[in-house]
Amino acid sequence: MYDFAYHKPASVADAVKLLAADPDAKAISGGHTLLPALKHRLNKPTSLVDLSGIAEMKGIKREGNAIIIGALTRHVDVANSDVVKAAIPALAYLASHIGDNQVRNRGTIGGSVSNNDPAADYPSAVLGLGATIHTSKRKIAADDFFLGMFTTAMEADEILVAVEFPIPEKAGYAKMKNPASRYVMAGAFIVKTAAGVRVAINGAGPCVFRQSAMEKALAGNWSAAAIAGIKQDADGLNSDIHGSAEYRAHLVGVMAKRALAAAG
Amino acid sequence: MNAVAPFEGIGVRMRRKEDLRFLSGKGSYTDDLSRPNQTHCVFLRSPHAHAAIRSVDTRAAAAMPGVVRIFTGADYAADSLGGVPCGWLIHNKDGSPMNEPPHPVLAHGKVRYVGDAVAMVVAETCEQARDAAEKIVVDYDVLPAVAGINEALAASAPQLHEAAPRNICYDWHIGEKGPVDAAFAAAHKIVSLDLTNNRLIPNAMEPRAAIGEYDAHSGEYTLHTTSQNPHVIRLLMGAFVLNIPEHKLRIVAPDVGGGFGSKIFHYIEEAAVTWAAPKVGRPIKWTADRTEAFMTDAHGRDHISTAKLALDAQGKFLALHVQTKANMGAYLSTFATSVPTYLYATLLAGTYTTPAIYAEVTSVFTNTVPVDAYRGAGRPEATFLLERLVDVAARETGIDRVEIRRRNFIKPDQFPYQTPVALQYDSGDYFSTLDAALATADWAGFEARRKEAAGRGKLRGIGISTYLEACGIAPSAVAGALGARAGLYEVGAIRVHPTGSVTVLTGTHSHGQGHETTFAQLVADQLGVPFDKVDVVHGDTAKIPFGMGTYGSRSLPVGGSALVKAMDKIIAKAKRIAAHLLEADVADIEFDPRAGAFKVAGTDRSKSWGEIALTAYVPHNYPIDEIEPGLDETAFYDPKNFTFPGGCHIAEVEIDPDTGHVAMVNFTAVDDVGRVINPMIVEGQVQGGVAQGIGQALLEACVYDAQGQLLSGSMMDYTMPRADDLAPVSVATHTTLCTHNPLGVKGCGEVGAIGSPPAVINAVVDALRDHGVRHLDMPATPAKIWSIIHTRMGAE
Ligand SMILES: Cc1cc2nc3c(=O)[nH]c(=O)nc-3n(C[C@H](O)[C@H](O)[C@H](O)COP(=O)(O)OP(=O)(O)OC[C@H]3O[C@@H](n4cnc5c(N)ncnc54)[C@H](O)[C@@H]3O)c2cc1C
Repeated sequence: MYDFAYHKPASVADAVKLLAADPDAKAISGGHTLLPALKHRLNKPTSLVDLSGIAEMKGIKREGNAIIIGALTRHVDVANSDVVKAAIPALAYLASHIGDNQVRNRGTIGGSVSNNDPAADYPSAVLGLGATIHTSKRKIAADDFFLGMFTTAMEADEILVAVEFPIPEKAGYAKMKNPASRYVMAGAFIVKTAAGVRVAINGAGPCVFRQSAMEKALAGNWSAAAIAGIKQDADGLNSDIHGSAEYRAHLVGVMAKRALAAAG
Repeated sequence: MNAVAPFEGIGVRMRRKEDLRFLSGKGSYTDDLSRPNQTHCVFLRSPHAHAAIRSVDTRAAAAMPGVVRIFTGADYAADSLGGVPCGWLIHNKDGSPMNEPPHPVLAHGKVRYVGDAVAMVVAETCEQARDAAEKIVVDYDVLPAVAGINEALAASAPQLHEAAPRNICYDWHIGEKGPVDAAFAAAHKIVSLDLTNNRLIPNAMEPRAAIGEYDAHSGEYTLHTTSQNPHVIRLLMGAFVLNIPEHKLRIVAPDVGGGFGSKIFHYIEEAAVTWAAPKVGRPIKWTADRTEAFMTDAHGRDHISTAKLALDAQGKFLALHVQTKANMGAYLSTFATSVPTYLYATLLAGTYTTPAIYAEVTSVFTNTVPVDAYRGAGRPEATFLLERLVDVAARETGIDRVEIRRRNFIKPDQFPYQTPVALQYDSGDYFSTLDAALATADWAGFEARRKEAAGRGKLRGIGISTYLEACGIAPSAVAGALGARAGLYEVGAIRVHPTGSVTVLTGTHSHGQGHETTFAQLVADQLGVPFDKVDVVHGDTAKIPFGMGTYGSRSLPVGGSALVKAMDKIIAKAKRIAAHLLEADVADIEFDPRAGAFKVAGTDRSKSWGEIALTAYVPHNYPIDEIEPGLDETAFYDPKNFTFPGGCHIAEVEIDPDTGHVAMVNFTAVDDVGRVINPMIVEGQVQGGVAQGIGQALLEACVYDAQGQLLSGSMMDYTMPRADDLAPVSVATHTTLCTHNPLGVKGCGEVGAIGSPPAVINAVVDALRDHGVRHLDMPATPAKIWSIIHTRMGAE
């Protein structure tokens, strides 16, 4: 780990000021992604801006037909939240299956969504549920948020403050884990709302994406039969020592089927 | 002494003495130690698999804060010292010695694998050393590299060493080719199989560490290191590398957090910190991080083989011909050369009466980290080959796979049994371990379980392995004749203190096996001293006599036997003291270890241990002209033979055809490990070994790309077994005694890792029997299984 300065602001405004003042500063929440990178000397921030003392970024609440989850909320708190479990059980399920106990006790939704790891769990829920990202500057629709591998629409001095999830009629999540890292090899988050069906695929490609053929099919016929014949194109999907793009494409179909079954 | 005390001897499930210390964070591992005024070092490692070093510029690095000194390969070479030696000389088919290229402590002129150490940076702190290492400028001339065995043997392959033309270390054989060829010519059926044994990365929980120091006052060097065998390190490093006489070199291996073989070997970092300590004038500490562990701990396995089995019309094995190519990595690690030869091909008879066996082994250098012994060392490779081949033979002859094994087993009345590949088995009962395992695993009821699983859309399979292995490599003279450059005896000392407590000194060294418990139990059993009054000392060359350490499941069969011999001496002397005190003839003194008392036969006159021990050290009323004072005996034990544990492992798996994921649903092990001292420790050892075997079979793949970069270089990409990857493991033992050691013990540390991989793969192949699968190589990952099923379905 290289040396860095450490700041612990108490408000979003102060945090933004610190980040804006130093282009090589980095925000840190749970640290479960950033700290390993620092330890491996893969990242050399001049300062770390620790967000964990910012009260306005904490907590889970229901507002009308939406659940708003503060960026600092840990995976374990989403998994155990009665509010989330009642409104969007698929989201609580997803949170309860991220990493292991240690990870769930430290990692935060804000850190995960900001990081946009292609193999992370949360991006599929954010995109699938059509959530809205509340940042220190603005509100960004999920469809406009995830730009590519480890890239989002946020700017360097922008902080993710909360994620607003509309409550769906039905939602389900299924994933195949990478045997080694246990991150996602291929996952599907399937959502039914009055406005239609959304199918978000994570793990398989360089960035979470929507499977529009499945969305269309399910909008007309909410059943396994509707997507049974839909083949995910392997072109552009990830390929590594744990599985080829073809394998991941196949898994997309399997996980979609399972997510649909979970959604009921 | 108290005769009603609970029995704490052989056969009791005593709780492990050492666990309170380990589980409460009070263990003391090498990295826990800090020596006064110590410095820290890091090694700058090659990012290239193969490159010439044009220059190493350390000027900017030397000016960095906290830097004490930087050493390069040129500095080491200037001292004209040795490289790291290989401990086993193998001879080629033509009788010439193997190619043995030098293994420099710091790379000089050339690097040969990613991780090869180019420089050592010594600084006040580890972070400062790291900062400085980044400032070293190495000018590399990158050369073509080769990572795979077949690629290294190709005519156009890049050459690693001048001293190893065609990248070959040796071309060795065992057995007689003539009878094998004749048997194949006359065979009713020949079954052939190509297979690989996947390369593994050990990943002990504790990374390697070393602290070198030099005492200018006494001229003594001390090395604290993570080692399974401190005396072996002292011998190799002192005599062959640094020219330090043994009386000036102390090696201490404190608590060691797992090794699985990877901490047997003498590593360059140990030599480097010891060499540099007097130059720096302060102790130098190095601790590997996990990345370095992946990149520099000796890896395991990595064979490519072709095996052919000749059978008669009844399914009797007539002859076996095996050709194996083994990867040595870039340099020869300490015992690398013995693993694919004497620890492998000698096991190819397995549990069977195959009368003619011929094996040829070619060992190859590649631009990868050195490969050496890893839990099982050669025997898992032999077992996987043989037990897969037998399953294929069963299928291709139409004989049931259990039946074909029974037809070929060595029968209980055939022991001692001489195999055609050098070993003579002393005892075993393969029919009983087979029957017990079949019953426990409910083999007969499997078809119903297969149907039930099919109803859930799952492919269920069951697989068996009836293995044999050899532990406690010995005797020294035979090993020496075969090329071993070390003795293979063990030493034990029993020090009875004046008030009757006992210190055990052993040349073996626990790195998780629970020796402190097993050996204390042994002493409690033989001497009748309470378990809590026995402590084991190991791991320090300044405290213990010259011993050989722990590997090859030798600690109890060899080290325990030495302790029994030492205890025999203690008892004999104590009897003479008792005879004196009781004014009786020695021949009339009986020792009752349960009561811890010496008595005159046929009388109620007796003396307790405490009285005898005190008398030995306070010899007021003592036959001082006939017996020396004291009660402290040492014994060296050189075994007459290996020991031969064996047994039956049965695995049951369920495959999800949608994802290719293989779930372990059941695992049964029935092992013959000889006499069991502590059943709980045996179960733990077997379960741990089975976990590693399942890891090898289903999960663990060490992958290098064609340029020699390690792709599976972290936990993110190398699949270590986790609890939910395993199945409930049922462990039972069925004992036949070893006939040539005093305890009748055989060793249990490796059986789990040796017997289990073929059982698992046989189960996976069984599950896929409707998919036209004849064989698949390990690990059976989801992607691999899916592509097999998918390709097959695509073809239909
Ligand atoms: C062993 C292990 C296993 C894991 N397994 C999984 C898994 O299966 N699935 C999964 O999804 N994840 C997994 N993770 C990742 C885990 O969920 C992370 O904690 C999470 O991705 C990042 O959250 P964090 O709070 O730790 O972020 P940090 O590590 O603190 O930060 C991550 C990145 O986001 C930035 N950042 C953090 N918070 C904010 C914010 N509020 N606004 C703007 N930028 C911010 C940081 O600057 C940094 O670049 C695993 C992690 C580990 C260590």
